[in-house]
Amino acid sequence: MESRPHDPRPPSADQPAKVIVRPGDRIFSGLAKSAGILIVVMIAAIGVFLLAQAVPSLIANKANFLFSREWVAGDPTNLSFGVLDLLLVTVFSSIFALIIAMPISLGIALFLTQYAPRRLARPFAYVIDLLAAVPSIIYGLWGAVVLAPTLEPVTGWLNSVFGWLFLFETGNVDRSIGQTIFTAGIVLAVMLLPIITAISREVFERTPTMQIEGALALGATRWEVVRTTVLPFGKAGYISASMLGLGRALGETIAVMIILATTSRTFGWSLFDGGDTIASKIARAAAEFNDPRSAGAYIAAGLVLFLLTFVVNAIARSFIVGKKEYE
Amino acid sequence: MAKRIDVKDLNLFYGKFHAVDGVTLSVPPRNVTAFIGPSGCGKSTVLRSLNRMHEVIPGARAEGEVLLDGEDIYASSVDPVSVRRTIGMVFQRPNPFPTMSIRDNVVAGLKLAGVRDKKKLDEVAERALRGANLWAEVKDRLNKPGGGLSGGQQQRLCIARAIAVQPDVLLMDEPCSALDPISTLAIEDLITELKKDYTIVIVTHNMQQAARVSDQTAFFNLLGVGQPGRLIEIDDTEKIFSNPTEKATEDYISGRFG
Ligand SMILES: Nc1ncnc2c1ncn2[C@@H]1O[C@H](COP(=O)(O)OP(=O)(O)OP(=O)(O)O)[C@@H](O)[C@H]1O
Ligand SMILES: [Mg+2]
Repeated sequence: MESRPHDPRPPSADQPAKVIVRPGDRIFSGLAKSAGILIVVMIAAIGVFLLAQAVPSLIANKANFLFSREWVAGDPTNLSFGVLDLLLVTVFSSIFALIIAMPISLGIALFLTQYAPRRLARPFAYVIDLLAAVPSIIYGLWGAVVLAPTLEPVTGWLNSVFGWLFLFETGNVDRSIGQTIFTAGIVLAVMLLPIITAISREVFERTPTMQIEGALALGATRWEVVRTTVLPFGKAGYISASMLGLGRALGETIAVMIILATTSRTFGWSLFDGGDTIASKIARAAAEFNDPRSAGAYIAAGLVLFLLTFVVNAIARSFIVGKKEYE
Repeated sequence: MAKRIDVKDLNLFYGKFHAVDGVTLSVPPRNVTAFIGPSGCGKSTVLRSLNRMHEVIPGARAEGEVLLDGEDIYASSVDPVSVRRTIGMVFQRPNPFPTMSIRDNVVAGLKLAGVRDKKKLDEVAERALRGANLWAEVKDRLNKPGGGLSGGQQQRLCIARAIAVQPDVLLMDEPCSALDPISTLAIEDLITELKKDYTIVIVTHNMQQAARVSDQTAFFNLLGVGQPGRLIEIDDTEKIFSNPTEKATEDYISGRFG
């Protein structure tokens, strides 16, 4: 313990030394504490409010909310809505996006931190970061107007060659227009790239020089250095970054809404299906919200999405907690 | 095994900074050479240039020749990776791969060289760990992570890792500076053992250590701030510590310095 010049009494065992709190500390700690409490209270209030709105609709619901695949919420006197189809499309498209984005982000992050000369790495990283700043409506427009028609030959080929596999089966919307989960997933992947890349890059950059030099001194090539030191060190951070990206994809609204074609047919596990994610469904129905019972149905779906993203984020964090090298 | 090193007019740079000027020295095989000198005089820099680790620092470069049994390791046809495979290095702070098991740490170099045979790897792991005086302490937990050992054990693990590939030369940069006196003695004994098979170069700030373990000693010095470090003299350890040629060496060794 450091000695305090203004407190000459020796600390005694039975009488704990008086702790001196400076006014600045007290004010700051008070501010921080109340801000923290305020946020928690606000989140709780929002949750309670949403739940209160959703419960009457759920009670009036004629279908099983969790397992029904139909969604009829327009008529408040005849509610019959289930979240399953929306949930499946949400998870399916997000995971598809993640599967595309994860390896590419890993490659970019490794390239930027391990291979690229400094002169190139900086501007390149900057451009990637810039991707994160592009508004999602722009991604949506790009996906719907530019990407969807461009992908037609690719999806046609996939459909004709691998159509026997459920993923590439003819879906429930017209594939040639391209308003499918396939297109939406690719756009989502582009949106995830900067998130996953930026976090992974930071983690990889922190690989201790001592370890890297240890591997080099054993005669490791660049790639072997990556494999023996950078990847083991950054693995948890990379997985956690991907989970954060997944959380982002699950909740993405406007881009998905613009791209996906709606359909009355149910989701059939094909990438060439259309439909709606929870978020896009809610956004599309904003006009129906003048009736509280109808709105309640969407709020219930929104709560499911919230729960899902919350769990995914919690998993993401659990990968970092306890890894003291990141602290 | 054990090869000789001849350094000829070696100049080392960090970007524009000239860190070490014109070093020429020879290290015979099966011999321990100690590098001593004040902080910042370039001991680590010279040591790292002997297995081409110097150049992994961005902007760092070397000029001159380092001959390993007559062959220049800086020749343009030479791959630095293969140089590092034959010249092992132990660092100041122990740096085992923390998530790798003790066994995998020891055989990491062999695995990099493409050895896959599990029996062979186990044999080598045991031999290297015995060679590094660590076998008895870890034989029951070879599959536990290397990061879980004490500092002294980690350093011996790093020595085991370096000797597992049976290098021609072993370079050590203040290998005991983070260790307690008992681990230090263990490592000094080990160096004396290893001398039978390897050519060893060791950097140390500990005069007694240099006197105890080395056959010849090289004294480096800085002539002034911002000036490159230089090799002042290199001679038999006994001579350096009893009757050095240069006055600067004598001043440094007797503590009358600066
Ligand atoms: N990575 C680096 N980048 C730039 N300059 C460096 C770097 N490493 C060392 N130097 C410089 O090179 C000179 C020699 O450093 P070096 O580490 O070889 O000294 P040393 O003799 O090993 O010192 P010590 O006894 O403190 O370990 C010093 O002036 C140092 O500042
Ligand atoms: Mg040094």
